[in-house]
Amino acid sequence: MIDSLDAYLVLSALLFSIGTFGFLARRNAISMLMSIELMLNAVNLAIIAFGAFVPGLAVDASVIAIIVMAVAAAEATVGLAIVIAIFRNRRTPLVDEYDAMRR
Amino acid sequence: MALGGTVPFIGLAFADVMFLILAAMMLGSGLMVVLARDIIRAGLAMIVCFAALAGLYVLLNAPLVAAAQVLVYIGAISVLILFAIMLTQTKAAPTRLVFQTQTGAAAIAAILLALVVAAAVGATDWGEVAARLATATDELARVLFRDYVLPFEVVSVLLLAAVIGAVYLAKREEGGPS
Repeated sequence: MIDSLDAYLVLSALLFSIGTFGFLARRNAISMLMSIELMLNAVNLAIIAFGAFVPGLAVDASVIAIIVMAVAAAEATVGLAIVIAIFRNRRTPLVDEYDAMRR
Repeated sequence: MALGGTVPFIGLAFADVMFLILAAMMLGSGLMVVLARDIIRAGLAMIVCFAALAGLYVLLNAPLVAAAQVLVYIGAISVLILFAIMLTQTKAAPTRLVFQTQTGAAAIAAILLALVVAAAVGATDWGEVAARLATATDELARVLFRDYVLPFEVVSVLLLAAVIGAVYLAKREEGGPS
């Protein structure tokens, strides 16, 4: 089980779809950002799994995963700053109350 | 990681049991992240999910990535998210209705996505698949600073831009609202 690539890829797919559900269903903007982090982690797990099982890819997979982590950190920083800036104006973290462009 | 022997009474290999425990921890806490009504609990469950993922990276023979996962995700991003949660809590915010009205459709879409990807994984022949290969850290450093040096530099510029952008966005304006 531990030596099958499929097990890790299915696990990664499950985590990715959990993140998809959270992103589509939650009302809180920070919950949506957390769901995006889950999805990025799922992709990282798939990359590392490919690196561990495909010959000649192990080192490249680790490098790509570390770069994905750095980009995810940048994304989280800017995303949370935007949420805090919006919260300061609108006094709510709920995305369905951000309707200024619909009125 | 070479873990020998089998667990007594269960009959599975020790590494298999570790994989099952970590996978269950990851999926359970991941579900808690998206389902918990209390957003602070969701944030704490996210830390558990990241820790289980770090364990999976160790099982996949990528110890440096596991260390980076602990440092970057558990150490930095989780704390950032928890701070953002505490900055955006309002007493008046409704604690009910954590989900949008489209929750049913979202659940169906997510389940369909999982099924499609799992079916694709099962149906694809991945060619010859080796046993789990180890990633030596010195080899990784050589590749990172030689073959991948341009992405490395681009990422450093991106992080600088993100830091400046975040400070600018989250800064309180003089005489502005609030």
